[in-house]
Amino acid sequence: MMKSRTDEEEFWHSTKCKPFTFDDDDDGFSKLKESKQAVNNIRPLVDEEEDEDDVEKVSWSGEPVGSISWSVRETAASSQRTDRESTFPKTSTDPPTRSLSGYSLSSLFKGKTKGGNFQAFTDSLSDSSVRLYAPELRKPKSDYKDAVSDLSPEETVQRMLQGKVVSLEKFRSLQDKMCLLDVSVSAHDGNVITAVLIYLKRTLSKDVLFRELESRQTALRHFIHYLTETRDQRLLLELLRALGRTEDMALLQYKEHLRIADENKRRDFLKSCLSLPFSAEDSGHVQDHYTLLERQIIIEATDRQAERGGKVEIFQKFPRRASILNMPLVTTLYYCCFYHYTESEGTYSSPLNIRQTFKISKKQYFVTALAARAKLKAWSDVDALFTSRNWLGFTRKKSPLSFQRVVDILQKNSAPTQVLQEYVALVDDSDLRISLAQKLKCHDIVINMYRDLKDRQLLLGYLKKMERGSVEERKINELLNNSQIRWKN
Amino acid sequence: MAHSARKDSPELPDFSMLKRLAKDQLIYLLEQLPGKKDLFIEADLMSPLDRIANVSTLRQHEVDKLYKVEYKPVISNSDQLCFLIRPRIQTVKWICDVVNADKAAGKARSYKIIFTSQKFYACDAVLEEQGIFGDVTTDEWPFYLLPLDEDIISLELPEFFRDNFLAGDQRWVRTASNALHLLHSLYGPFSKVYGIGRCSKMVYESWRQIKEGEQKTDKVDIGKVFLIDRDVDYVTPLCSQVVYEGLVDDIFRIKCGCVELGPDVTSSDKSIKVMLNSQDKVFNEIRNEHFSNVFGFLSQKARNLQTAYDKRRGMDIQQMKTFVSEELKGLKQEHRLLSLHIGASESIMKKKTKQDFQELLKTEHSLLEGFEIRECISFIEEHINRQISMIESLRLLCLLSITENGLLPKDYRSLKAQYLKSYGINHLLTFANLRQLGLLVEQQPGETLTAMESKVGKLVNDKTAGKLTDAFSSLAKKSNFRALSRKLNLVPKSDEEYDLRVPRDMAYIFSGAYVPLSCKLIEQVLERDGWTGLEEVTRLLNAHEFAGPGSNGADLAAKNDAQRTILVMFLGGCTYSEISALRFLGRERGFKFIVVTTAITNSSRLIEALLDNHV
Repeated sequence: MMKSRTDEEEFWHSTKCKPFTFDDDDDGFSKLKESKQAVNNIRPLVDEEEDEDDVEKVSWSGEPVGSISWSVRETAASSQRTDRESTFPKTSTDPPTRSLSGYSLSSLFKGKTKGGNFQAFTDSLSDSSVRLYAPELRKPKSDYKDAVSDLSPEETVQRMLQGKVVSLEKFRSLQDKMCLLDVSVSAHDGNVITAVLIYLKRTLSKDVLFRELESRQTALRHFIHYLTETRDQRLLLELLRALGRTEDMALLQYKEHLRIADENKRRDFLKSCLSLPFSAEDSGHVQDHYTLLERQIIIEATDRQAERGGKVEIFQKFPRRASILNMPLVTTLYYCCFYHYTESEGTYSSPLNIRQTFKISKKQYFVTALAARAKLKAWSDVDALFTSRNWLGFTRKKSPLSFQRVVDILQKNSAPTQVLQEYVALVDDSDLRISLAQKLKCHDIVINMYRDLKDRQLLLGYLKKMERGSVEERKINELLNNSQIRWKN
Repeated sequence: MAHSARKDSPELPDFSMLKRLAKDQLIYLLEQLPGKKDLFIEADLMSPLDRIANVSTLRQHEVDKLYKVEYKPVISNSDQLCFLIRPRIQTVKWICDVVNADKAAGKARSYKIIFTSQKFYACDAVLEEQGIFGDVTTDEWPFYLLPLDEDIISLELPEFFRDNFLAGDQRWVRTASNALHLLHSLYGPFSKVYGIGRCSKMVYESWRQIKEGEQKTDKVDIGKVFLIDRDVDYVTPLCSQVVYEGLVDDIFRIKCGCVELGPDVTSSDKSIKVMLNSQDKVFNEIRNEHFSNVFGFLSQKARNLQTAYDKRRGMDIQQMKTFVSEELKGLKQEHRLLSLHIGASESIMKKKTKQDFQELLKTEHSLLEGFEIRECISFIEEHINRQISMIESLRLLCLLSITENGLLPKDYRSLKAQYLKSYGINHLLTFANLRQLGLLVEQQPGETLTAMESKVGKLVNDKTAGKLTDAFSSLAKKSNFRALSRKLNLVPKSDEEYDLRVPRDMAYIFSGAYVPLSCKLIEQVLERDGWTGLEEVTRLLNAHEFAGPGSNGADLAAKNDAQRTILVMFLGGCTYSEISALRFLGRERGFKFIVVTTAITNSSRLIEALLDNHV
C-alpha cells in the first residue's frame, strides 16, 4: 500500500508534496478535477452498457421502491383523494374487540418480556431463524394479585422497574411517600421516578411537595422536566418561585413570547416581561428585544406602505423579500442601511439612530453597513466609510476590520476589480497582499510588487498568465525592457 | 489505503441477528392486532424501521396504509389504527386527540399504540387524563439496537443527550442498560466493564441488577466493555471533523447510515440516497482517512479503473465475453461509487473553501493549544458580527469556554451581547441552557482557587486535596481541559511535522493537532486494565470512574479473541471521528472496537439540541 502511494504521488504531482490546505486551489482541487474528468470520460462507455435491472442491486442505490419511507410518501400523496371520500364516518358493523379491563393482554405478560428473559431470543435463534419470538402468554395469577397488597417501597419500585402495574395508593403518610421517592431515585430509572412524582403531585399539597423536593435534586429535576413536557406552566412557575429560582422563572415566562404569533400582542407581552426578575445583564437584553420589536412594527408599516405606493425608487428597484418583523437586530440594521441609509438621525429607521439606541459597537456597525452598501454597489458610500480626515486635512483609509476581511466582504458582493484593488493594496502583510491580488486578479498590484522586488523571473512568470494584447501585458513588457531597473535576477 | 492491520485482530461478531430479532418482535406485535389496519409511524422511527423491515413485511401482516405522525387530524377509513411511536407525551396527547375526535364523531375503531423501546408511566397518565385509558391497547417493542455497520450500533435516541445531561432526566438509563443486557446475552458474557461518568455508572449498576440469574452462553464474542458519558469530553465533538466520514456527516448529515446527496454532487438533476458502510468498497477505504489523502486515493482509483476498461480494446470476441461476464459488473459498480465520492469530495472542497475553513481550523487548533487566545476571540467576534452560521459561532464560543475553563466576565458579556444582536435576542434561553450544562460559562471569581488548590494539594496529603477539589467542583463543573491535555499529552507539540498519510497516533483525525480525550481515556484504561495511575486525570474529570467484573461466569484469564473485542458505549452520542480514532487504535493494538452509541452526533447536532430559540 505504501509503495503504491508513492507511485501515485509521482504521477499526480511531480512537485514536492506541500502541506495540504483547504483553500489551496492548485493542489488537491485540481487533482480532484483530473480524476473527475477521468471518470467522466468513462461514462459514455458505461452508460451504453447499463442495464436497468441491476441499478437496484447495488448497495448504495439509496431507497429502493418498497422501502417504508417511500411508501409513506406515497400515502401522503394519495391521501388527498381519500380525504374527500371519508367525510361520512363509516359505521362499522362489527364492533372491534377491546379489552375492557385496564389490563391489556400484552400488559399481562409484560413483566416477563421486559428485561428479564432473553433466553427466549437465544432459543428462537438457535433452533430456527424464522420462528417468531413469542413470550409466554400467561403467568400464574399469583404474579399480579399483589398489585394492591402490601409491598415494601423496594418491592414496589422493583415491580415498577419491570414495567408492571402497581398501585401506589397505600403510600399515604408523608414518610412513606418520601421513602418511596428515595428508593425510586436510587434505582436510577427516570421513568419510575416520574411515575412516583405523578402520584405525589396528585396526593400532596403543592407547598409540601415543593418543600420536600428542594432537598432532593434528582427528583426535582425530573419533576421540572415532567412539568415542562406536559406544559404545566403555572405549576412550574409556582415551583420555581417557591425554590427562589427567580431568574429561571423570568426566563420561563419570557419564553412564552415565542408562542405569540401576532406582532402587536407579542410586543405587549414583551413589555410585560420588562418587570420580571432577570439578571441585570439579561434585563437589558429583554429591554432591547421590546424596543426592537416596537421599532420593527413601525418600520414595517411605513415601508410596506411606501412599497405599495410605488413612489420610492429603492423599493421598486429592490423589492423587499421578507418582512423585517422578528428579525435579529443586526439584520434590522442591515435592512436600514440598505433602504434608509441617508436618513437623519431623528427617524426610527435611521441606521445611526439604531446604532445609538442599541449601543452597537463600531466594528459591528461598520461590518453591517459595509455589507449593505456593497450589496447595493454604492461604492462611494463604501469609500466614505473608510475615509477619515486628520487635522491637516489629509484623507486616509482606516478600518476597524482588517483589510483582508474588507476585501472578502466586497468580493462576496461582487465588487469590480478597480474597487477591490484599492482595498487589496491596503492589506498590511505583503505575502497576504500578493496572494489576494493574484487570486482576485488585481494585476497592477502584483506587477508593481514584483517590480519593487526587482524580481524579473516572477514578472516573466506572471506575464504568461496575462491575456494577449492586454494593458497588463504591455505594462509588464515595458517594465522588462526598462533598462533603468536593476533586476536582481 | 487501508492501513495494514495486525494479523491477529479478532473477527467482528455478526450483528445482523439484532435486526432479525427486532423484526420478528415487531411482526409478533402486529399480529396482536389481527385484520387490516393503518399504521402511523413516528417520523424519526421511519429510517430505523427501513433498516430492518420493508413495506412488504408490513403488508404481509395486514398493514394497509402507512402514515407519518404529523400531529394533524387523521384521515383514514380503516377501523383499526396502530401507532408506532417513541414514548413522548406530545405524541400520546395527539393520539388522545385522534381518539376523542372519533368518539365525538361517533366513529368506532380499535386503537393500538406500540411504544418503542418502552412505554413510560407518564404516557399512561396522559391516556388516563384524556379519558381514553382502556380505549386503546398498548404494547412495547423492545427495539433497542440498530446496527448501522459492522462495527457501529446505534440506539437511535438523539434525545438521550438533552434529556439526560440538560434536563437531568434519567428516563433512558434503563433503556441503555437493557441494550447492554441484550448485547451481553447474545455476545457475552463480558469479563470486565470499565467506565466513566455519572450516567455510565448508573447504567452499569442497573445492568448488574437486570442480569442477575442469567445463564451463561458458551460462545463469547465480546470480552470487555467501556462506558463513557458524553459530558466527560465535550471538546472532541465540538471540533470540525476532517476525516472523510466525519466530514461527510458535518456537511451532508448522515442519517441512519444513509446520506442524501444533492444534484450538485451527482451532477444530474436529481438527488440520490446512498448507504455509507463497509459494503461500499470505495467508501470503506477512505472513510477513516484524513481528507487530504482522499484525493490521491480517488485519483489512483480512477486511473486503475481507466486501465481496466481500456483492456477491452483489442480483445477478441471470446475475451470480450469473459470480460463482460466476469469483470464488467464490478467495474461498473466501482465506477458508480467512484464518481459519487469524487462528486462529494468536490462539493466538500467547494463549501469549505468558501467559508474560510483553513482559518477556522487554525482558530480551533489555537484554542486546543491555548495559544493566541485574543486572536481567537476576535476571530469569533468577527464571525458573529458577520452573521456567519449561528451554530458555528456558538460552537466556537463553547470550544473557547471549555478549553479556557470559562470566559472572563468581560468577554462573556461582550460576546453574548454581540451574539444576541446578530442572531436574535431570544437566544437568551440558549445561553441559559449552555450555562446550565457548563458548556459556555463565565469564569467565577473563585476560579483562581485552582492555582491555590494545586499548591495546597502539594502541602497536604492527597486525601485532603481530594476533598478540597470536591468542594470546589460542586460549585460548577469545570472542564480542566488544559490540565487534562498536559497530563494526557493530548496536544502534540506544534513544531513537529505530522505526516497525515502515515498517522502515528489518534491525533491524525484532527490533522495531528489533538488526540480526542474520549479515545485517549479508553486507550489508557485498556492499557492499564483499569484506572490505576490515572487518579489525577479522574480527579480533573470529576471522577465517577469505575472498573468492575462483568459476569461472574466469564473467565477473566481467557486470552482469547473475545478479550480483544471491546464494546465502547457512548452515552449521549459519539462522532464519526471518534469511531475512526478507535478503528485506528484497534489496528495498532490488535483490538476490535464495536461502538454502541445512543446516536451519532457532531458539533451541529450537539449545539442544536441545546437551542431554545423556538417553541
